[in-house]
Amino acid sequence: MENNSLEKSIKLQKRPPKASPMSAALTFAWRALLRIRYVPEQLFDVTVFPIIFLLMFTYLFGGAISGSTGEYLDFVLPGILVMTVAMITMYTGLDLNKDIEKGVFDRFRSLPIWQPAVLVGALLVDVVRYSLAATIMITLGYILGFRAEAGFSGIVLAVLVILFFSFSLSWIWTMLGIIVRSEKALMAISMMLLFPLTFLSSVFVDPSTMPNWLQHFVDINPITFVVDASRGLIHGYDVTSELLIITYISVGLIAVFGTLTMYFFRNKN
Amino acid sequence: MDHSNTLYAVEADHLVKAFGKERAVDGISLKVPKGIVYGFLGPNGAGKTTMIRMLATLLKPTEGQAKVMGYDLAKEADEVRQSISLTGQFASVDEEISGRENLIFIGRLVGFSRKEAKQRADELLAAFNLQDAAKRQVKKYSGGMRRRIDIAASIITSPELLFLDEPTTGLDPRSRNEVWTVIRALVKNGTTVFLTTQYLEEADQLADLIGVIDRGVLIAEGTSAELKSSIGVRSLIIEFEDERDLNKAESIFEGMFTQTPEVDRGRLSISVTMKDQSKAAKAIGELANHQIAVKDFSMQQPSLDDVFLTITGKPAKEKGGESNGE
Ligand SMILES: Nc1ncnc2c1ncn2[C@@H]1O[C@H](COP(=O)(O)OP(=O)(O)OP(=O)(O)O)[C@@H](O)[C@H]1O
Ligand SMILES: [Mg+2]
Repeated sequence: MENNSLEKSIKLQKRPPKASPMSAALTFAWRALLRIRYVPEQLFDVTVFPIIFLLMFTYLFGGAISGSTGEYLDFVLPGILVMTVAMITMYTGLDLNKDIEKGVFDRFRSLPIWQPAVLVGALLVDVVRYSLAATIMITLGYILGFRAEAGFSGIVLAVLVILFFSFSLSWIWTMLGIIVRSEKALMAISMMLLFPLTFLSSVFVDPSTMPNWLQHFVDINPITFVVDASRGLIHGYDVTSELLIITYISVGLIAVFGTLTMYFFRNKN
Repeated sequence: MDHSNTLYAVEADHLVKAFGKERAVDGISLKVPKGIVYGFLGPNGAGKTTMIRMLATLLKPTEGQAKVMGYDLAKEADEVRQSISLTGQFASVDEEISGRENLIFIGRLVGFSRKEAKQRADELLAAFNLQDAAKRQVKKYSGGMRRRIDIAASIITSPELLFLDEPTTGLDPRSRNEVWTVIRALVKNGTTVFLTTQYLEEADQLADLIGVIDRGVLIAEGTSAELKSSIGVRSLIIEFEDERDLNKAESIFEGMFTQTPEVDRGRLSISVTMKDQSKAAKAIGELANHQIAVKDFSMQQPSLDDVFLTITGKPAKEKGGESNGE
């Protein structure tokens, strides 16, 4: 080892000023992007998944529910978009769960940084991943004959709402990712929560066709609000009240699960 | 409050960490003066990592309190983090990205601009002889390279106190020496180093003060010389050509040493533990006087087992019960 350069490199006079929360979070996001560059297969869940979902549900249910796949596609695409993105938020927790077992998290937690940056950075990249999934689905939808009444701007607005909601939803998975010890158990819990949430909603069918007791659940299911809002934004009808409710739910999710996540993150054994 | 004039890098007062019923650290008090290497010596499962993780703000002590660089562990965790750096026992950098990316990444986190972080990364890569591996994923590094990148990541801004959890376990002698060189250079530059190790030799070579920990309890503390004089320090091992000589030697040594020599008939050897090295020459001389041929002889450092044997009266055992090599 080069002794001179070693001693020189150790003598560091200047201590930089503390990184801002924003810059720390972006640095963590940069790390997540680097990891994707080394293992692009990580994008499987946001590329192949959406394609399979869209094709499967359109052709499986299309004929039976709306009589024609074309019409059904206009109805179901916003729903499947919400469902798919909500489903893949689950991977946020799974990735974190795997990552956190590694010693490098000890280093992060012993650094003088804004601690939530570790998770916020990862979630920012996840939002990019969700956008990729949304883009792929909408493009495929267009090829299959889907048309948005409200045009491009409607789609962009709907995607933004979905991303915002998914970001909030992710905090549930980050919390579980920290406290649940095994990956398998985490997967099971996530599925158990996500399946009823996504299927018992207005994703596939109009809730008015459902039995009464089920309608009650569907009507208060947050996914229903997000699906209805996306549909409205894409096809051009007023969804102000839905948007308001989504805002409450999302802010509530972040406040509750963000706080819990940070609590468990700090006090992890 | 001015913290720069505290004398101690670590002042732990009866720290306890319990995991359920098990007390991994069971009431440890210790003081580490600034500017030294403190060697925390103990077998697997002794509680070394748990102790370090508490001192580095990663684990909340169940009982007790501590000051690190003059800051209260519980109340001033942020200030503590500002003054310390931690190199954990396992993968303490991101194995999925390259060594250089790791250093830039940590550099950015501690507040360097992009350009400064890159400069600092390259400077450290050169100093740690890692330029050739700079662009390779860390998971493809050898054990020695990995340990070096771990430590480089910890000194991007020179910490006042550096925790190193078993920095040389599993390294070959050359890589181990490289790590030792780094540690010595750091101390020369004023950093206090708190390291854990399972090897007495390492503590001996590096540490100004050694704490011996077993089952969560600090069972001895002192300089290497103090510890050595408190235990049967060294073993003289003599091998013979045949059993006749071995038997003769055994009777000659009888009563000559405080501890009865151990005889290994399979290997035709005798091992004598002694505090005073001059006794070794006397023993060999005595054999020569009796015309006993010695095939080979050597002095051995006491192993961690010897230390434990002497201090606790029982061999070092892992909590699981499995005996622990060195
Ligand atoms: N998170 C945890 N939950 C439960 N028990 C734990 C936890 N961490 C450590 N322990 C237990 O505490 C004891 C001390 O462990 P620790 O890792 O501190 O030992 P160590 O001295 O670092 O050992 P090694 O040399 O193997 O690294 C062990 O019996 C271990 O099983
Ligand atoms: Mg350990």
